[in-house]
Amino acid sequence: MKTESRLEKVLASGAMAVTSEVGPPRGVDPEIVRKKANMIKDHVDGINVTDNQTAMVRMSSMAAGIIIKQMGLDPIIQMVTRDRNRLAMQSEVIGAAAFGIDTMLCLSGDHPKFGDHPMAKAVYDIDSVQLIKAVKDMRDEGKFQGGADMKAPPKMFIGAAANPFADPFELRVMRLAKKVKAGVDFVQTQCIFNLEKFEEWMKGVEDRGLDKQVHVLAGITPMKSVGMARYMKNRVPGMDVPDEVIKRLAGVSKEQQPEEGIKIAVESMERLKEIKGVHGFHIMAIEWEERVAEIVEKAGMYPRPQV
Amino acid sequence: MITAEQKPMQEIIQYLAPYSKILLVGCNECVTVCAAGGRKEVGLLASALHLNSLKQGKTIDIKEITLERQCDPEYVEELTSYIDAADAVLSMSCGCGVQTIATRFKQAHVYPAVNTKFMGASLSQGVWAERCQGCGDCMLGITAGICPVSRCSKSLLNGPCGGTSNGQCEIGPETDCAWRLIWERLKELGIEGRYEALVDAKDWRPAGGAGPRKIIREDLAL
Repeated sequence: MKTESRLEKVLASGAMAVTSEVGPPRGVDPEIVRKKANMIKDHVDGINVTDNQTAMVRMSSMAAGIIIKQMGLDPIIQMVTRDRNRLAMQSEVIGAAAFGIDTMLCLSGDHPKFGDHPMAKAVYDIDSVQLIKAVKDMRDEGKFQGGADMKAPPKMFIGAAANPFADPFELRVMRLAKKVKAGVDFVQTQCIFNLEKFEEWMKGVEDRGLDKQVHVLAGITPMKSVGMARYMKNRVPGMDVPDEVIKRLAGVSKEQQPEEGIKIAVESMERLKEIKGVHGFHIMAIEWEERVAEIVEKAGMYPRPQV
Repeated sequence: MITAEQKPMQEIIQYLAPYSKILLVGCNECVTVCAAGGRKEVGLLASALHLNSLKQGKTIDIKEITLERQCDPEYVEELTSYIDAADAVLSMSCGCGVQTIATRFKQAHVYPAVNTKFMGASLSQGVWAERCQGCGDCMLGITAGICPVSRCSKSLLNGPCGGTSNGQCEIGPETDCAWRLIWERLKELGIEGRYEALVDAKDWRPAGGAGPRKIIREDLAL
């Protein structure tokens, strides 16, 4: 084992892992974090804590991660390279590890243009691949980016994102290969609605033997309504929502659409489970945390393994 | 070249409000090419300023002059015979020219008439696009001649983020994804394997991270 991460232990046991996420509030109330974490805690092996997602200011992922850690749970703190330079990121990783946080996700982050501070200067001192490498250098070599040795390195299980659906498609397996080369331990994918395309990507992952070097957690997002599906198809960059999904949701009454959305999610999980190299799921139930438990149960992934 | 665009008229008028004798200085270099501050634009701006002061019932005296290169003290010296007669200098060059004038003439009130934008190339008549951020350590040799520092909205050095849609950047369909362009060119050149080489975190010191930059050529310095 590289770390004390519960996610690492679950994956090492050969079991399929389940993670989900909590978006921190835009205010100081820690109860909001606790409430959301409590909704999903028994059904997941790790709880992602998003980092100023969609470039909106929120409680920091580390602070919310500490709140979750102090509940005795397993936060996976997300870190985007948009908002901090390499000094700040290394210090935050150390700080998080000092509070017992042992799992993180390295991301480039949405452009400030999408958020409520479009006038902010994006930092991008380093990119997500370089952040993976920086965290690995600290963990495995005990080295800072400046070259100095460090005492008591942070033991982080290192994650990243993978988007099999963004352009250019043929580059997307190589992009994962690069993250593997940089030292990533697991990836959580973009929400999967186009299963054929995902299977094609996974075939490429397997052909290159990457499935033996990195754990792929398939991204699942239940659709609440046909409106949400249309929005994601047309407005969210890098998202692939096939027309069949929209037709299927539009084919039932408005009241039935949430149930249909959950049904689609569970069916997708059943099919994705069969794909070699898929080692678990990352459920992104956007402001719908209360339904995560049900999805996990319906997909036959409950109870979670004790490790 | 360095590109620029004229400032909003209102801002220029505000700067000049306390003055009546203006030395309006254009530049024959980059700002002439991008039609922001050459001889022609100097003439147009002078007319506009005259018109404005007429409307306000004031008079304004404008001396127009366009220098060969405003960022070069040798040419800026040409202003010596006009500077004392002026209350203020309005420069239509990039920020380098404005500062060269301000440095040479300590007593002069100098104002910019343009916003300096970026180092860019001409795409077609009247269209310029950013192509270089002067990072001081050119990467074009490993990215097939397309710059990820200036053309990727996040300056990512190891490939595209997950936001690329239809080959365009997530910030909008008017911006090509730089990494899509790099990838296509690597493929065209038959060197796509190069994509997989990890690019280390960039040393930003040559890009200005070590403070304001200077080039000293011992072989040329007097």
